[in-house]
Amino acid sequence: MVKTLGWLTAAALAAGLVMAFGVAPREVTQGNVQRIMYVHVPLILASYVAFVVLAVASLVYLVRRDPAADGVAHASGEVGVMFVGLGIATGSIWGKPTWGTWWTWDARLTSVAILFVMYLGYLLLRGTIDDPERAARYCAVLGIVAALDIPLVHFSVYWWRTLHQPPSLMKPGGFTGSSSILWPLLVNLLAFILLYVYFVARRARLLRAQAEAIA
Amino acid sequence: MSYARRALAVAWKDLAVERRSKETLNALVFFSLLLLFVFQFTLGGDRERLAAVLPGVLWLGFVLSALLALGRTFLVEREHDCWEGLLLAPGDKSAIYLGKLAGNLALMLVVEALVLGLFVVFFDIDLGRALPGLLVVVLLGTLGLAAVGTLFAAMTANVRARELLFPVLLLPVQVPVLLATVKATEALLLGEPLGAVGHWVKLLLAADVVYVVVSLLTFDVVLEA
Repeated sequence: MVKTLGWLTAAALAAGLVMAFGVAPREVTQGNVQRIMYVHVPLILASYVAFVVLAVASLVYLVRRDPAADGVAHASGEVGVMFVGLGIATGSIWGKPTWGTWWTWDARLTSVAILFVMYLGYLLLRGTIDDPERAARYCAVLGIVAALDIPLVHFSVYWWRTLHQPPSLMKPGGFTGSSSILWPLLVNLLAFILLYVYFVARRARLLRAQAEAIA
Repeated sequence: MSYARRALAVAWKDLAVERRSKETLNALVFFSLLLLFVFQFTLGGDRERLAAVLPGVLWLGFVLSALLALGRTFLVEREHDCWEGLLLAPGDKSAIYLGKLAGNLALMLVVEALVLGLFVVFFDIDLGRALPGLLVVVLLGTLGLAAVGTLFAAMTANVRARELLFPVLLLPVQVPVLLATVKATEALLLGEPLGAVGHWVKLLLAADVVYVVVSLLTFDVVLEA
């Protein structure tokens, strides 16, 4: 089952690469650099999926006390942090040639950066608690607090930035909604969500084996 | 005992301990005095530059003293084996949270009043008309800080490297509160009315409600042995 998912993910990623380099048109003003969008956007969106799953799994754990739910939350946290980190890195690589800077305190960039450090703290908390049951409980609480904090972060950062400077001056790409861009993007998005599911399935199985070995 | 009475009992106990030992309060007063020196040294004597960054620096002072004060919330209980006693208290455990939150809020407000006073004297701020609005913002902001801080303090009390973990967990979650309070303070000190920062006040209110409700609902889970 997991193995099939792995092959499916590999195929989707390959198809995504082909679409991004072969099918998608060369962007007129930015050139080939713009193709990084087909990795950058799916990474960030897949990390959002990961954090939503983490919050739901945390809630499920608190209600049912099912270690499997905690495993999913744990794995989602790890994969989500990795994806959002890579998303920030690819964004930086894209930003340097197009905006002329690696980083800017734009509203969106700032919220994503806060998301990154928040869930990095989540992993840190996991790492410092030895008792697995306690780690699961505390992390579930933190997962729920973090999820509810995200809308607050979003609004505060948005107001913080946009009340002071004209909005979206630095909006990347220009989403014109053209299907020649949309399809490669959607295929890559599917590929990265599959990759997330595959990683979580693998990692959750590893965590379960680890728990059994210790017990 | 009713829920409110139990919460009050915990708050009263904490405040009585603090009043008699003055452990945290003394250290915090001294710490905020030191912060003034640090700010002065790092920012230089330039009046105008200081005035421009004052709201941020003021909240930096509040947050730093909050990190020290809140992180200790449950250490007193550990140091003297009172943890078990708290756990034995009958009824809904979230009353303990409310009590601890009230105690923390009182302690932090005292320290913040002091820091604000020191700022007025040493950095020559004219609070004037801004004071009533500032009180609202400080109260709401401190409640937000203390609400999450008290919950996280309970979590990190049993964890290795708790001194490190507590700020690392608290600061990212508190970004909305920090942005809202600093921006609102900035506008208020420039002489704008409270209505001009209404959106920030609403955000703080929303944050406070979310933080307190979530903490009340999850505190039971954190306290489990």
